[in-house]
Amino acid sequence: MSKRGDQRTLRGRVAVVGIGETDYYRHGTSPDPEFKLALKAILAACKDAGLDPRDIDGFSSYGDDRNEASRLAAALGTHRLHTTTMQWGGGGGGCCAAVANAAASIAAGLADCVVVFRALAQGQYGRFGQVSGIETISGEKAYLMPYGVLAPPQRFAMKVQRYMHEHGVSQGALRAIALASYHHAQSNPRAVMHGKPLDIEKYDASRWIVEPFHLYDCCMENDGAATLVVVSQERAREFRQKPVFVLGAAMGAGHRSGAIPHNAPTYASAGFDTVAPDLYRMAGLGPSDVGTVQAYENFTGGVVMALAEHGFFEPGQANDFLTLENLTAPSGRLPLNTSGGNLAECYMHGLELVLEAVRQVRGTSTNQVERNDVALVIAGPMVTPVSNLLLGSEATL
Amino acid sequence: MSSPEMPNCLTDGLPIPVPEPDGLSAPYWSGLRESRLLVQRCSNCRSWQFGPEWICNVCHAFDPDWTEIEARGRIFSWERVWHPSHASLRQHVPYVAVLVEIPHAGSVRMVGNLLGDPLQPVKIGAAVEGCFEHHPDSSTPYSLLQWRMSSEGGRPASGIPTDRS
Repeated sequence: MSKRGDQRTLRGRVAVVGIGETDYYRHGTSPDPEFKLALKAILAACKDAGLDPRDIDGFSSYGDDRNEASRLAAALGTHRLHTTTMQWGGGGGGCCAAVANAAASIAAGLADCVVVFRALAQGQYGRFGQVSGIETISGEKAYLMPYGVLAPPQRFAMKVQRYMHEHGVSQGALRAIALASYHHAQSNPRAVMHGKPLDIEKYDASRWIVEPFHLYDCCMENDGAATLVVVSQERAREFRQKPVFVLGAAMGAGHRSGAIPHNAPTYASAGFDTVAPDLYRMAGLGPSDVGTVQAYENFTGGVVMALAEHGFFEPGQANDFLTLENLTAPSGRLPLNTSGGNLAECYMHGLELVLEAVRQVRGTSTNQVERNDVALVIAGPMVTPVSNLLLGSEATL
Repeated sequence: MSSPEMPNCLTDGLPIPVPEPDGLSAPYWSGLRESRLLVQRCSNCRSWQFGPEWICNVCHAFDPDWTEIEARGRIFSWERVWHPSHASLRQHVPYVAVLVEIPHAGSVRMVGNLLGDPLQPVKIGAAVEGCFEHHPDSSTPYSLLQWRMSSEGGRPASGIPTDRS
């Protein structure tokens, strides 16, 4: 890991020059197959950048994306393929790591122009939130599934319950995170929940999925694709858009975070106890420098933990800090998930959050914040490994 | 629903636990079938380990021993599930899953169901005792370890075998 005085850093060395996404759909309703969604989003990001798609020479993804890099390169007529990187494990916890791996490939001279992508068509391949067609199971899931701990809501609720118990976190703190995402989605025409507002009464009346998660504490499941294009800082100004620079990136997990089943020593945690300090160290920044946060909401409770672990408040202050007023653009204390995020824009496994951070730094968000020089993205809380990313404008270099 | 004597177990049709092809967890699952709870304990450094692994994570001795322990502990966390994520659970919600910490075995943790009224209040730190829930007539016979509130205040009794019939 980079340490103070260490020359090994991504800070300022690469930039995001293009972003693109398909239309976002409810799960199972995409008119296109998944691979076609991936291609459409890649072409959209290249168009945004003003880049010939054949000049892409690297592909980076995560969460066992099914759209293999060599097939993409063949389909796009890529002149020359250099890097193909896949972040292991952690599902959406890899959405920032995929950007970091692309950035590292470029900084190390292995590639020049890398596309980071995620595509999901759950009608074609099945949902995350339902389990079927499994007769016998072994490994970690064998200790969970026979007891009805099957899908992500049940796998994470006990972690959040324990955290709420240890720190006195209220349901209202979780609710504020859901309200912020839905609030922002109402002015984002891309958002699947655009035109479907949420208020306190509707949240409180919504059914339990698994205590302590109401329906609105859980992410959607969606079809679509999102991509971004990363190049070296030397080339960053050759493209159509204002470049957005990587200021820091980190990934990983604490001691034995992968001890199954539910045996991680630090249990009531989003997993950023080591990863957040790494990020701030590389960027040379702290929480007070951050103008807006896009924090992966698999479940709202994970966002509470992740924000605390990134130093925005002490866990015991979560109930006071996490209010709708504090979390909304343009001028709340910490505008959160300004596109609507996984809860209300689209669950594109978190990559839509990175795109929104890019828009914030460019100044083109549908919920533009006032302090937009530095944007933080937090990936997949409560999984292992996790990752995070700090993006900034040229002025922050 | 269930009588106080019988486990409030979940329904048939959920995934059936089996050891990995390499047999790593086979002693655990065959232990449950005999109403015995086995977890790994390193014979070299005496560290407890669960879930199982081929190596002790503390001293790197291979093949940690399997040691029988009393099936009692305390609730470390819990959840009440209302939305069925599997078709076979549609008529079987709500139910409670608990994460049980076992202080006398290095505080390893295990997930199971809390038996009894699914709407009962659940308290972190409460003492629970294990119940072996046998499924001998399944296509692949197996057993689960379930939990019930301890009958003896602070110090629960050891595991009580119960047949599911």
